[in-house]
Amino acid sequence: MTRTILDPTAEHRPTERALTPRPDRLDGQVVALLDISKQRGDVFLDRIEQRLAERGVATKRFRKPTFTKPAPVDLRHEIATTCTMMIEALAD
Amino acid sequence: MSRPGLPDGLVVVVKHECATCEMVAPLLTTFPATVFTQDDPEFPAGVAAVHDADLAVSWHHDIETVPTLLRVVDGIEVERTEGWRRDDWRRITGIADLGADLPVMRPGCGSLSVDPDRVDALRARFDGGVLRSRRIELADAEDDLEVMFQRDLTDGLPVVPPTPERVLRMLTGTTRPADEVVATVAPDLVAVSVEKVAINAVMAGCLPEHLPWVLAAVEAVCTDEFNIHGVLCTTMPVGPVVVANGPGTAAVGLNGSANALGQGVRANMTIGRAVQLVVRNVGGGRPGPGGIDRATHGNPGKLGLCFAEREHDSPFSSLAASRGVPTGRNAVTVFAGEGPRCVVDQKVRTAGDLATVLADALMHVHTPKLAIAFDAMLVLGPEHARVVAEAGWDRDRFLDEIHQRCAKPGRDWLAGAGGIADGMPDFLAEAPSVPKFRPGGLLLVHAGGDAGLFSAVIGGWAGGAMGSEPVTRLVGT
Repeated sequence: MTRTILDPTAEHRPTERALTPRPDRLDGQVVALLDISKQRGDVFLDRIEQRLAERGVATKRFRKPTFTKPAPVDLRHEIATTCTMMIEALAD
Repeated sequence: MSRPGLPDGLVVVVKHECATCEMVAPLLTTFPATVFTQDDPEFPAGVAAVHDADLAVSWHHDIETVPTLLRVVDGIEVERTEGWRRDDWRRITGIADLGADLPVMRPGCGSLSVDPDRVDALRARFDGGVLRSRRIELADAEDDLEVMFQRDLTDGLPVVPPTPERVLRMLTGTTRPADEVVATVAPDLVAVSVEKVAINAVMAGCLPEHLPWVLAAVEAVCTDEFNIHGVLCTTMPVGPVVVANGPGTAAVGLNGSANALGQGVRANMTIGRAVQLVVRNVGGGRPGPGGIDRATHGNPGKLGLCFAEREHDSPFSSLAASRGVPTGRNAVTVFAGEGPRCVVDQKVRTAGDLATVLADALMHVHTPKLAIAFDAMLVLGPEHARVVAEAGWDRDRFLDEIHQRCAKPGRDWLAGAGGIADGMPDFLAEAPSVPKFRPGGLLLVHAGGDAGLFSAVIGGWAGGAMGSEPVTRLVGT
């Protein structure tokens, strides 16, 4: 069950967190491949997955239920805790 | 969620699981009324009742007891009776012989809308709109307590997750609106609302009745006089020490007796902690890397130090009274203090001797070589206070005797004097007597357990306009 808490801070800081610095190398990374449920995102990600596999880079596939809403909190949590990088297929 | 209206005419709210409701149920087929049933949609038999399944009607119309009979005219409730009171039911229904075979009176049962197991969720559902704070969703895989650490929201101890239900329950402890601004909190100079204080009070473990005390203490520390910004930034080991006064201290369980400065009592532990969490989370006053709190050592009381004055058998007027608070009012006084240390004299039998030993301890607050630099709070134990009472000395006399003893010739204060490098400048060399404390720089509080000829000294910080003034605020509702 999703639980909600109220932010105890002044909320002065943006809710978005800073992006993790882009790594120099792909060695040792676990790359999340996120399909946002837009058309042909899977085609793009299939190719990326293939290219990464050729280099021996681990990948994990994820899919948002719909591109019109933010990713569910559980999905974000799973990506954040199981992967070190993410490639998102944003557009058609 | 909007408030559902009531239909004109007679309205009855019942639940099947109530013997009084069962008793009156047959009557409900004998006169026209809108019946709301809280639990069983088939109850009462023979009546087309409206199922108040989400309890919205019961909640919004403050149904505390079932059965409740109301009369509504033009959408406005004009009469109400709770339980079965035959005369009331006859008057409201206008039926002179209603319930002739029923007893004169039978109390009702608790409404489901005030069921302790449901009330928090109902409040969140129906009154949650008053909350303005950002809502943070927690993932299933996240641990509620660990996430508070991961998001850097704690003082290093676990906190109670501030769910909307808990925060709304906390807000029942005050009459102040959730969006009312309490103070501007340093260092980020953020206007803090009652709601934000309530959130942090939940996290600290407070009960709703503690909230007015937390609000007063937050107001007090967020004054220019108290200077929480400086108290935070200093390398010295001080934090807000909250002394509570007034009849309400006992009502909310604040301890001023045995172990008053220690652990074990919820009000003491949580009120002071809530104040510090507000400063930390709302004001941005964090220790650690990148934080503004630069204390060299700090002290454990910076988690929150709050205690009551033991007023019921104090030989003195209270600290609050000495600071202008009227008798019978609740108040908090905040003092920038370090951790307490004990002063022992088990052989002392005269007030004068007691003043001497306490003065000797007070001279060592932070260093015996700096004068008019630091304030101090003296927490006089009851057995020591008895010695003062036997001499007939009041608060002012006793403090005056201590002040007189907290002084030494200027040459003894000088840097290097007594083999101690620190000290006062040479211009004081010829002064016949230099006091340790500024006038008003010594606060006296009566607290502690019955046994022990002990007192406690809480060293202060830079006193007065150069640092921090003690601040007293009335506790509201």
